[in-house]
Amino acid sequence: MRLSKKQTLEAIDADTGVALMPTEPEDMWHAHNLIAIGDIVKAHAIRKVNTESVTGSVKTERVHTDLVVNVTSTFFDPAASSLHVSGTVTNENAYVNIGQYHTLDLELNRPFTIWKQDGWDSVALQTLREAVDDEKADATVAIVMHEGLANICLITDFQTIIKQRVESSIPKKRSSAKDTAGGLAAFYEKTLATLIRTVDMNNPRPMLLASPGFVAQDFRAYMQSEGARRADKRLQRVAKNAVVVHSSTGYVHSLNEILKSPEVQATMRDKRFTNESRLMDQFYDRLRKDDGRAWYGVKPVEKAVAEGAVGPGGGVLLINNSFFRSLDVPTRKKYVALVDKVKEDGGEAKVLSSDHESGQRLDTLGGIACILTYPVFDLDEDEDEEGEGDAEGAAGGAAAVI
Amino acid sequence: MSRHQAVRNMDWHDALDEDQAYDSQEDELSAEDRAYLTQGTLDVQAALGVEASKVTVAQIEESLWYYYFDTNKTVDYLVKKFINPPQKAAPAVKKSDGYLLQKDCPAAAPIKPRQSFSHLFKDLPWGNIPKDRETVFIAPQMPRMGLLGGSSSAPSKMSKLQQLAAARKKKADERAAQEKFEETRTQMTELSVKEESRTKENIPIAGQFGKRLKTSELTAEGRKPLTFDDPERLGHRQPSPQEPPQSPPQGLETKSIAVAGAEDTVAVEKAEPSAFAQTLFGPGLDRSIPKLQDLSPMPYTGLPPSALEAFSKPSPDDVVLAAQAKAGKKTAVVQPKKKGASSADAVTSDIKGLKLEDAPLPKSRNLDVLLEFENSKSKKTASFVVVGHVDAGKSTMMGRLLLDLGVVDQRTVDKLRQEATNIGKSSFALAWVLDQRSEERARGVTIDIATNRFETDTTAFTILDAPGHRDFIPNMIAGASQADFAILVIDASTGAFESGLKGQTREHSLLIRSMGVSRILVAVNKLDMVGWSQERFDEIKNQVSGFLSATGFQVKNITFIPVSGLHGDNLVRKSTDPAAAWYTGATLVDELENSEPSVRALAKPLRMTISEVFRTPQSQVSVSGRLDAGSLQMGDALLIQPSGEKAYVKSLQVDEAPVDWAVAGQNAVLHLSNIDPIHVRVGDIICDPTKPIQCLDTFSMKALAFEFLMPMQVDVHRGRMHAAGRIEELTALLDKVTGAVVKKKPKIAKPATVARIVVKLGSKVPLEAGQRVVLRSGGETVAAGLLE
Repeated sequence: MRLSKKQTLEAIDADTGVALMPTEPEDMWHAHNLIAIGDIVKAHAIRKVNTESVTGSVKTERVHTDLVVNVTSTFFDPAASSLHVSGTVTNENAYVNIGQYHTLDLELNRPFTIWKQDGWDSVALQTLREAVDDEKADATVAIVMHEGLANICLITDFQTIIKQRVESSIPKKRSSAKDTAGGLAAFYEKTLATLIRTVDMNNPRPMLLASPGFVAQDFRAYMQSEGARRADKRLQRVAKNAVVVHSSTGYVHSLNEILKSPEVQATMRDKRFTNESRLMDQFYDRLRKDDGRAWYGVKPVEKAVAEGAVGPGGGVLLINNSFFRSLDVPTRKKYVALVDKVKEDGGEAKVLSSDHESGQRLDTLGGIACILTYPVFDLDEDEDEEGEGDAEGAAGGAAAVI
Repeated sequence: MSRHQAVRNMDWHDALDEDQAYDSQEDELSAEDRAYLTQGTLDVQAALGVEASKVTVAQIEESLWYYYFDTNKTVDYLVKKFINPPQKAAPAVKKSDGYLLQKDCPAAAPIKPRQSFSHLFKDLPWGNIPKDRETVFIAPQMPRMGLLGGSSSAPSKMSKLQQLAAARKKKADERAAQEKFEETRTQMTELSVKEESRTKENIPIAGQFGKRLKTSELTAEGRKPLTFDDPERLGHRQPSPQEPPQSPPQGLETKSIAVAGAEDTVAVEKAEPSAFAQTLFGPGLDRSIPKLQDLSPMPYTGLPPSALEAFSKPSPDDVVLAAQAKAGKKTAVVQPKKKGASSADAVTSDIKGLKLEDAPLPKSRNLDVLLEFENSKSKKTASFVVVGHVDAGKSTMMGRLLLDLGVVDQRTVDKLRQEATNIGKSSFALAWVLDQRSEERARGVTIDIATNRFETDTTAFTILDAPGHRDFIPNMIAGASQADFAILVIDASTGAFESGLKGQTREHSLLIRSMGVSRILVAVNKLDMVGWSQERFDEIKNQVSGFLSATGFQVKNITFIPVSGLHGDNLVRKSTDPAAAWYTGATLVDELENSEPSVRALAKPLRMTISEVFRTPQSQVSVSGRLDAGSLQMGDALLIQPSGEKAYVKSLQVDEAPVDWAVAGQNAVLHLSNIDPIHVRVGDIICDPTKPIQCLDTFSMKALAFEFLMPMQVDVHRGRMHAAGRIEELTALLDKVTGAVVKKKPKIAKPATVARIVVKLGSKVPLEAGQRVVLRSGGETVAAGLLE
């Protein structure tokens, strides 16, 4: 995403309209996070216009025009990376009256402008900053599989897109060994065909193959032999560069496990998703210790933040970006205030992408969690906590996070 | 005048119908029929003795099918046709009119009575015919089709197909041709009065009655003998010298054929209708036959053909008589069946089914399966799962066990050993008996459950050889869910035991306990590697029994046996190694026999988890698995969840033998019909359509935590089925003993605590209260428990 040439990030104040030019499919995802209900969006539009002549004949025309709408809803299709913004038209022109509904289909390489209803707050600015950041790594392809199931995923900095799910039934042991081998070969073939179809392999990009047992290993060998058979250099190269990782299942949530593995850590240490994943692991570790420093759920977190417990020296607020999307304004404001408070206290506020596996994990915890600087035990209002962690946990753990 | 006349009179619609009906039957020679066929062939060969070599198996089978598995008739036929073919006589018979022939045919090559008394009668028409029989004619003869079944004395002009079709036609027309039936019945009843007196002294005819009953009984009871609660009917039963050794195939239409066949055993009445008679009666007459057989035991067989002509219309009395007789007979037909009303329904539906040429539904016998099960004197069945840490020697031990029990022969093992040596893994040869997949062999590790079976004197066992590697624990869970008890194999060699205890030895024990297995045999394997050291054995015994009882096994349910899986010591035979003399306990097989399988949930609604789906010659969709609860039988309608599709049991097998029913605890193979393979997947549940299992995506369960539980992503395992899901919330922490709520909405549940949790799955899967599920996360078992 590019900011218009006239603007700089620093110059954006609350009421400015920000003109943006999406250049990559993932920019649509950023736009999805930026555009909230109630915002004003100006973009290029194609509208069908019916004109009735004096003689009564009706002519339908598709006209290209710029429209400004007051957003009432947005729809994002992650697989196609397309964003539809619906709203009422606020600026009349020759074809449309004020108050008429229109759905803008934001397109690549066509600029659009956003005015925030309540100005640009810190979270929105942070999102914008990420959106216009040029330094983007290639998306990583990950195939998570077990016998008879393969999930082909694309891991970008902000999203995990499940491109395709391949399922195939493999005869079990009852039948002769030949059947099973044949079934496996058919499964690999199907997976490879799907992979080539759904993922652009022209640019070299990292690839992870993960499975329990030997499936990933065998699939890699299959790709290699298939590349040799077809004399397909590209496929051979992809197979050669693929990293085989162990995972306990072929379900997508095994990605967490995969991103934790040393092979992946070594090659993708600096990626955003590995960081997020690591943060979630730290949170779970704290939770297991049950030392009163890890809390999840809206109420306990709110209390902790209000108390200033998410402060410098290890305090982290983890919050899903779905909280800032398509929520009513007061709720959004509340969460923005939460983030601002943490930053003010010196803690760290991390907005996790709900489209990543780490975000999904956070989602199971209610979408919000925090690691405290010092243990607090009675955030859970119903009962008293039989805390086993004590003061030394606080001192020792201070350096552990980040 | 010849058969042309008959052909002209033929009702073409009927003819077409019967052809189709015939075809549909021909297409599916059921597994059961096949079994009869095989059995019959053996019997016939035995009866023929030395002369058996003169006939081929194909000929025997053909004639068995022809005679509806009546061995005696088949033997006669074969003897006549192939072994002692009558010179000239038979061709002569075929050319002339049967009726005339009976009177004046010269003594054809006399056939010796071979098997039974009744053959004397069969021979009669060929030799000196008693006076009183000369003019005897079977009134309900099928003029066009001739006789079915065939006695050895009355050569039939009909092809086998025609005869079969004729019998079909009778059934199919039965209700449609009501008028004609009334008409002929009147004639019959009228005439049968004359025969009354004769019946009393005429043994053959009485025998015929007995025979009829006998056949229908056999049909009703199937292969399994039932207890008859109807002494009256039994009283009617005459000892028949020609009792078929096997029952005819089930189903109504076959019954009618069988009955028709039984009539033929009364030799004299067997005559082929003369062309004259055929003209007289016309094709319509044969429609009365099915009703006749239903109607009464009245012998109208001696009816002179001309007499029929006089009574072309029923008199009012006869109508009433016929109706009464019909009503009375209906119950008589129904009686032999166990469930009167339902079998009558089944009869009706069977008749309807005859008209569905394309895919006739499998017919249910409406057995009371639980009663059958109680009555069956079969061995008790039990299945056990073999678990343990990777490379503890589970597969090798089972391979040795199968070899020593003679299930696998030495030659096979030698062959495997050769193959194994070729790739430098000679010690894996025994394991290869069970590890058949190429990957398993190449890597020397079991990946999937291997099933095998063996029998001891008292019990039929099913082995489920589980993989030990942690990556394949889902497969191990699938195996454990089918088992009654478990063998935990422990590698006694130095270092291996200790690493196993930290690894899958512990996890497997937890899993099998949480799957509901309570009896465990601990095979301390590879003791030969440490010189059968008793100290080592005791050390292992102490440690393992410690943690097993902590896991929840009762001490009396744990047995330790020192074994050598590779050499077979203490598996089937006692160890001969002097170093192992200190062990005086039982061998592994003895201990297995002493283990009592858990109680089966026989009376509950049917539940069966599909562990494998495959294709067989019998059906496109064959599934195997263990019946978790309830029972099923051939012809039952089933519901497959979660697809919600209905299927029918075409046939089924238990322990590779075709059977009529299966009950909880048995590992069965079902051949399904009327279902597309895409609706049936491994892990699905087969249930009773009237009491279906629910498909849920959110459920609450009482879970015993093995690791920290918090809202997190988990895999849910239940038998073969596993699905991705997440713990939505922890509702409460519970007291381990009383189950009372200790703390509401805990943030986290610590290991070894019991919590009530809510789990949400990604998709709907069949689950119900009381089922045991295992939750795993990140390759570790985090919790197990019961659905609420």
